[in-house]
Amino acid sequence: MRHIISILMENESGALSRVAGLFSARGYNIESLTVAPTEDASLSRMTLVTRGNEDIIEQITKQLNKLIDVVKLIDLADSAHIERELMMIKIKTTEHTRHEVRSMANIFRGRILDVTPTSYVVEMTGPSEKLDAFVAAIDSDTIIEVARSGPTGISRGEKGLRL
Amino acid sequence: MELSGAQIVVQSLKDEGVEYIFGYPGGAVLHLYDAIFQQDDVKHILVRHEQGATHAADGYARATGKPGVVLVTSGPGATNAVTGIATAYMDSIPMVVISGQVPSPVIGSDAFQEVDMIGISRPCVKHNFLVKDVTQLAETIKKAFYVATTGRPGPVVVDVPKDMTDPRIKVPYKYPKNVVMRSYNPSISGHKGQIKKAVELLLTAHKPIIYSGGGVVLGEASKELTEFTQTLGYPITNTLMGLGAYPATDKQFIGMLGMHGTYEANMAMHESDVIIAIGARFDDRVTGKLDQFCPYATVIHIDVDPASISKTVKVDIPIVGEVKPVLEQMLELIKDSKKKPDKKALEAWWNQIEQWRSVKCLEFDRGSRLIKPQYVIEQLYEVTKGDAYVTSDVGQHQMWAAQYYHFDKPRRWINSGGLGTMGFGLPAAIGVKLAFPDADVACVTGEASIQMCIQELSTALQYKTPVKIINLNNRYMGMVRQWQEFSYESRYSHSYLDTLPEFVKLAEAYGHVGMRIDKPEEVRSALEEAFALKDRTVFLDIITDRTENVYPMIEAGKGHHDMKLRVALGTSTDRELA
Repeated sequence: MRHIISILMENESGALSRVAGLFSARGYNIESLTVAPTEDASLSRMTLVTRGNEDIIEQITKQLNKLIDVVKLIDLADSAHIERELMMIKIKTTEHTRHEVRSMANIFRGRILDVTPTSYVVEMTGPSEKLDAFVAAIDSDTIIEVARSGPTGISRGEKGLRL
Repeated sequence: MELSGAQIVVQSLKDEGVEYIFGYPGGAVLHLYDAIFQQDDVKHILVRHEQGATHAADGYARATGKPGVVLVTSGPGATNAVTGIATAYMDSIPMVVISGQVPSPVIGSDAFQEVDMIGISRPCVKHNFLVKDVTQLAETIKKAFYVATTGRPGPVVVDVPKDMTDPRIKVPYKYPKNVVMRSYNPSISGHKGQIKKAVELLLTAHKPIIYSGGGVVLGEASKELTEFTQTLGYPITNTLMGLGAYPATDKQFIGMLGMHGTYEANMAMHESDVIIAIGARFDDRVTGKLDQFCPYATVIHIDVDPASISKTVKVDIPIVGEVKPVLEQMLELIKDSKKKPDKKALEAWWNQIEQWRSVKCLEFDRGSRLIKPQYVIEQLYEVTKGDAYVTSDVGQHQMWAAQYYHFDKPRRWINSGGLGTMGFGLPAAIGVKLAFPDADVACVTGEASIQMCIQELSTALQYKTPVKIINLNNRYMGMVRQWQEFSYESRYSHSYLDTLPEFVKLAEAYGHVGMRIDKPEEVRSALEEAFALKDRTVFLDIITDRTENVYPMIEAGKGHHDMKLRVALGTSTDRELA
């Protein structure tokens, strides 16, 4: 099963490599990983998507908790949550295809960030599946490049991951 | 008080109560060594190789319970220390390793003797620190000791760039009494409800077994374990790391379990209905094949590290906490409980165990004209009255020492259990002897292992640490040869050592006493003579039966009830090796 683990950790150099190193050393897989400082500059928040059965996920969360730099973590998949991913996609356009790409982007509530005579950059946020669907809807020959942030997430309701 | 970074390191160690540091100088730590030179409180032990420094500090830590402290230079000094750090990590030994680093401004430029020690050590330390600001140095060292010694202990590396120890830069020094780390709170007391549930289950068991490990030794809970076990009257088995936590000469002790455990211990595990694992981690050398492990048992597990619980074997009643307070609480509940262990069931269970015991799985050929390694350990046990500190290397000799030296006290059996590091025994013995100068210290080793850190014979002379080296010399890497015999149709690929040094001369060259023993009747007197030489390191090169194997043995991929026994295969001696 897919799990989204959100981690609050000390914002120190090497902290990220401790997490990445743990996953490679113990043979766990990481589908995606995003990290940035929080409103408290001494803390970073990392969101990590992984897959595994319950036993593996239990081990992953225990091993992560064991890292000295990890302050707190939650498995978002345990409760109601919202997840979003950001994508920027650069698409080849011609006079004939431009309209179609634009209307497709509109359907998916994307925004066009950059326009040249031969290309569009479309920005889109949403659950990962929505971004997948957009990519699938575009003629693959016209895709120049795709940059995705990997999902990040937050739980619903007033409780939160904080100190 | 204003001090330089180098002085801060030394003063912090002093304030931490450090008696010895084991190390080796080099460019990046010259400022530190200059500060060490100018004081007498912290004694520095100069080893001959950084691996020896880590093992010596490790031996000191295992014998005393205090953290071992190591000082090495950058680059090769640091990489040489890695094997010893990994050894300590696998066995949860508290250790603080201070490694020099190239000056901060040149980090990352492939400077002379630069290596990314933080990166290299990361997978085998509990934590590591790179010092970036000299004003943080004292606090970082305090944190290193705090992390290394609390919770599940382990090694911590503090990487100190050379400019952090510059004697020209002085900053105010104050060693913190305590440190608080918001991200590190080792849990201490077990969950009361879980403890109660565990006691209830234990008291209804018909075929219970107590399986305890190194956590009891590390957690100083030997006394509590003994009282707990004797109050219940249940059989107890120890892991390799847990030997000595319960007196081996007591009748409730049924021996070590696992790959080379006793028949009775492994059979009792297999047939049990309730297992209580105390400070043990269900290592693969203990469990054998997982899907055949203890098929009838409900499992209780006490461990200070939550990640140890249900890692390999699914646990029914987990208790996260330090073993000592948990055992105290359990004992109280047992004493207060109206329910008592089922006498009849327990009697039947002990009868069954006695039957397994009567197989005498550790019996060997006592009439052999060759020296049997088991006999040497038995004699070592008698000559030292069972009261020596015994360190070992890794292989057959390690298993024989574990099987035939009956440890009645914790911290007497000092070996590399998890990582299985050859070369551990001699430097570890030096560390132990420094901690306990008046105690008998024996290093049980083999002619292959001893050569991995033999240079430390020189350290033993310099610091007058008269240890006795019991070299069980069978001219083979015995354990490798045994596996090749069992699993590779006796194709002894590169496990034979046909150009051994003359160990007696080698010992003498290092300034020690060497003895060669090749007849069984000489063993006892040689050991007596060696231990009577109180102030000399003695190397006993004992020529043993090269065909001897370690039994019982659970081969890889088999269950506890599926053991190879010597009795089944005969005790014949001096077999021709194919």
